[in-house]
Amino acid sequence: MSQVLTIDGKDLAFDSGDTLFDVAQAQGIYIPHLCHHPDYPPQGNCKLCTVDVDGQSKCACTTQAETGMSVQTDSTTLTEYRRALTELLFSEGNHHCPGCERSGNCQLQATAYAQGMTYSSFKLLNPQRQIDASHPSVLLDRDRCILCGLCVRASAQEGKHIFTIAGRGSDSTLAVNSDSGLLADTNLSAEDRATQVCPVGALMVKQQGFRIPIGQRIYDQGTIDDLGNRRPQYHSPKSKTARIAGDSDD
Amino acid sequence: MTKVRVSTCSLAGCFGCHMSFLDVDERLVDLLERVEFNRSPLTDIKACESCDIGFIEGGLCNQENVEVLLQFRKQCRYLVAVGACAINGGIPAMRNSIPISDCLEEVYLNGKGLANQLIPNDPELPRLLNQVRPIHEAVKIDYFLPGCPPSADEILNMLQQIVDGNEPSTSHKNIRFD
Repeated sequence: MSQVLTIDGKDLAFDSGDTLFDVAQAQGIYIPHLCHHPDYPPQGNCKLCTVDVDGQSKCACTTQAETGMSVQTDSTTLTEYRRALTELLFSEGNHHCPGCERSGNCQLQATAYAQGMTYSSFKLLNPQRQIDASHPSVLLDRDRCILCGLCVRASAQEGKHIFTIAGRGSDSTLAVNSDSGLLADTNLSAEDRATQVCPVGALMVKQQGFRIPIGQRIYDQGTIDDLGNRRPQYHSPKSKTARIAGDSDD
Repeated sequence: MTKVRVSTCSLAGCFGCHMSFLDVDERLVDLLERVEFNRSPLTDIKACESCDIGFIEGGLCNQENVEVLLQFRKQCRYLVAVGACAINGGIPAMRNSIPISDCLEEVYLNGKGLANQLIPNDPELPRLLNQVRPIHEAVKIDYFLPGCPPSADEILNMLQQIVDGNEPSTSHKNIRFD
């Protein structure tokens, strides 16, 4: 701990190899993010963690901390950037919150609230995407996928390599690594981190959707700025009493 | 004192936002000292006259919706998009990724248990749009009030702020999409 940088006016020590996100998180400074989880290598996919570093916009999750850096994590301009990025995520998928089982437990929705997004100023693209309901206990609804890549990284770390991002640009899609391309023909389980780590309603454990009613869910209790990036606790499909632990990045 | 004139209508919505507005309950009595309703389900007036504020629930799913919205925009000084359907099409927009002909054929021709299969074609019926679209794609919207539905408190708060001549602001903590 010999190196020092400044975040939001505070001098903070850090270790070699720390990212700006790591340094901020260690100090309890919340930086909005959707594609990053401290257990997995950062990829900088969603850009929501964009911060101001000496006048330049940089991803906090992929930028190595350096001595002397002056970092600002919050400003009117950064909020505008983040709101625009969130609006784009809503516009390029099919995010029908009132009909989504994940509503209230969704990090995308909670981020939109926190950025003050009341509507999307970008055209809603309403893409046609495939739903995969073939697996007995896990649903893959690509309409809600934001291509964060967390399930890809989690599944690789679990040694299963079930997910990948296929295609390019606006044709990118979450693909399943099986001959049929269906989840039913993989060894994915509801207990896998790959299932649990989804920040939105793209990967959901089946038969859990409304166990906790709307109004009593994670982000019904507080903002994502205060509560951090949390995921709901599921019942295990194998047992009515067993629970799969909820997860928090922070 | 001249009362502020307010109109409300539902386009491709479920009237849930209007039901939520009715949850202002007895506060409506106080409100009526300051506002009067023109076109609205509360008054059953069918055409919007010149108004100060228009509250629109629902998105655009057919030609009549577009016509009514254009009429509201022309007549209202401030237009407020109320609820998920007005803002992003909401539940009706779940049909957007399905071709309209497939939707009509499934509902009126190929669905189970149907008799006298026929896609409705009465000339008086407004023609469907290919997709359900948010209202800000067709006209300028002054303020957005998300929620499915937004609470009575939020609707009343928005109305009171505009009536008071303040720039309406929604507290981040009160933004809801469900």
